[in-house]
Amino acid sequence: MTATPALVEVEEAAPSSAPPTSGKRVLTRITRDKGALACLVFLAIVVLMAVAAPLITKISGWGPYQFDSAAINSDLGGVPHGALGGISGSHWFGVEPQNGRDLFARIVYGARVSITISLSATLLTGILGVVLGMLAGFYRGWVDQVISRLMDFLMAFPALIFMIAILSSLPSGNRPVLLVVVISAFGWPYLARVIRGQTMTLANREFVEAARASGAKDSQVVFREILPNLRGSIVVMTTLAIPGYIGTEAGLSFLGVGVSPPTASWGQMISSSVSWYSVDPMFFAIPGLFLFLTVLSLTVLGDKIRTLIDQGEAA
Amino acid sequence: MTRYVLGRLGGVVLILLAVCLFTYLIFFKLSPDPAVMICGKTCTPERIDSIRTVLGLNQPLLTQFWEFLSGIFAGRDYGSVHCSAPCLGYSFQTNESVWSMITARLPVSITVAVGAAVLWLLVGVIGGLVSAVKQGTWWDRSAMGLALGGVSVPNYVLALVLQYVLVVKLQVLPFPSAVSFVDNPAVWFESYLMPWVVLAVGYACLYARLTRSNVIDTLAENYYRTARAKGLSGALIMRRHALRPALTPITTIFGMDFAGLLGGALITETVFGLNGIGKMAADSIAKNDQPVIMAVTLLAAFFVVIGNVVVDLLYTALDPRVRVVSA
Repeated sequence: MTATPALVEVEEAAPSSAPPTSGKRVLTRITRDKGALACLVFLAIVVLMAVAAPLITKISGWGPYQFDSAAINSDLGGVPHGALGGISGSHWFGVEPQNGRDLFARIVYGARVSITISLSATLLTGILGVVLGMLAGFYRGWVDQVISRLMDFLMAFPALIFMIAILSSLPSGNRPVLLVVVISAFGWPYLARVIRGQTMTLANREFVEAARASGAKDSQVVFREILPNLRGSIVVMTTLAIPGYIGTEAGLSFLGVGVSPPTASWGQMISSSVSWYSVDPMFFAIPGLFLFLTVLSLTVLGDKIRTLIDQGEAA
Repeated sequence: MTRYVLGRLGGVVLILLAVCLFTYLIFFKLSPDPAVMICGKTCTPERIDSIRTVLGLNQPLLTQFWEFLSGIFAGRDYGSVHCSAPCLGYSFQTNESVWSMITARLPVSITVAVGAAVLWLLVGVIGGLVSAVKQGTWWDRSAMGLALGGVSVPNYVLALVLQYVLVVKLQVLPFPSAVSFVDNPAVWFESYLMPWVVLAVGYACLYARLTRSNVIDTLAENYYRTARAKGLSGALIMRRHALRPALTPITTIFGMDFAGLLGGALITETVFGLNGIGKMAADSIAKNDQPVIMAVTLLAAFFVVIGNVVVDLLYTALDPRVRVVSA
């Protein structure tokens, strides 16, 4: 879990690594928009939960794997004591039925899993998509043929079913890493396709020609001339991809091929709440709400950023 | 045009072959011991050995793959059991050929998929259209806000919420079950309603946003203004000049989404306990019944690849601009 802080930085740094003026403008415009600001604040809370999970659970008093048999009613098959799934001063979000694990602690640790996996997948997809997309768009010819056919092949697959197939046939091993690799393997073509198209147009522009004429090497042209012009699309595509990856991770864990118990993940929490939904609705409502709000916030923000960048380009 | 179609079909065959090989490699080369996986959790060493011989797992990879491929077209024998023509494999856990497991569950899956598709097309396209026409009004803003929310809610969460509110608390709907339409149309409708809604919501919201932006773009086109200036009636302009170009891309996306529906139906069918292909896949994952998972994967890929081609061909028929280029 040492990867978390570094990945969080990546997310924070992404908007500001865009051209300075537009990045700053996007940020100010977002903070002025009430809805977008609310999303930003919620996401900040989730990220904070993920980063400081051990500290937070120390304050709340219960760890994610601690059983509390006093909080559940063993006569009623393990339903939590008290209303609303056992919400009380000591269990802020109530407890899991049957074993009495603290839901708050599991949500906090689940945030860690969701954020780590989705941001790692975003990072890996971003690198693969940009590098391969630029290679295809810049060199064209057989390089483009190979990469494009590979993209067609991967995009022809029903990704969810294939991810399930791969994850279910692989030995358990390190699930989170497997999840990241599998999600990225099927995710990069969508970014690469856009990058490829834009690289092709950019490579024909006058400023690239000028750079070549003044003796720039391929690597200089790619990194100094083309890459900076792709920043806008990369930022937009990746922000819009993160909620998708969070949803995918949760869905795969929900289906039982993702993060394996006892590690908490929101999708896996919802999955284990299915058999309890009629007696203890809070058990699915709480992780469901967190998952929904996180995905919603990211979608709203991504949408906002796209609109702002599109406007910026049009102006 | 014929050459184009033939070329596409050739491509399809190649992609499907690649998909078969890829799937085969995943299941038989990536997993440490396929025979053990296929056999299930409680299994004797003798049975594992017999599965190994029956599947020919000791033979070279190419022979194995050829056996598998020819089985799809000509059927094959698993020891004493014969698996007839489209033989996608044999489940040693349920002792059934996978193809008959699939065909038995097909009606439920088709009902769920078609119902959801009708729902999301109607709601999405009409909602998006109204939003576009009333652009900027409170209706537009609330519909688009709702659409953002709908895109973000995972369908299993929505399924649980609906089930809790409508079935447990208010008791207005029965628990979904695979009632046949012929037996009782009213109950059939009631029991499929929630699965349809759950499966459709995400798509409906996406289509609403897409339709809206497409229609708004076409309303700004010059030919639309010309048509208005000529004094054509509002309804006619809407139909001929605004809707047709705006909806063509929707058709494309619909084709792809519908073809790829097996993935979405997997979760919906599982949550509602509807015994379709999706639930069969989920159950097989839980039991690690590899031949079934593999067959469903192949089937899903087949749908998507075929869906792609149908959409491309349809597109050339729908959009004259593309037709000129491809001819």
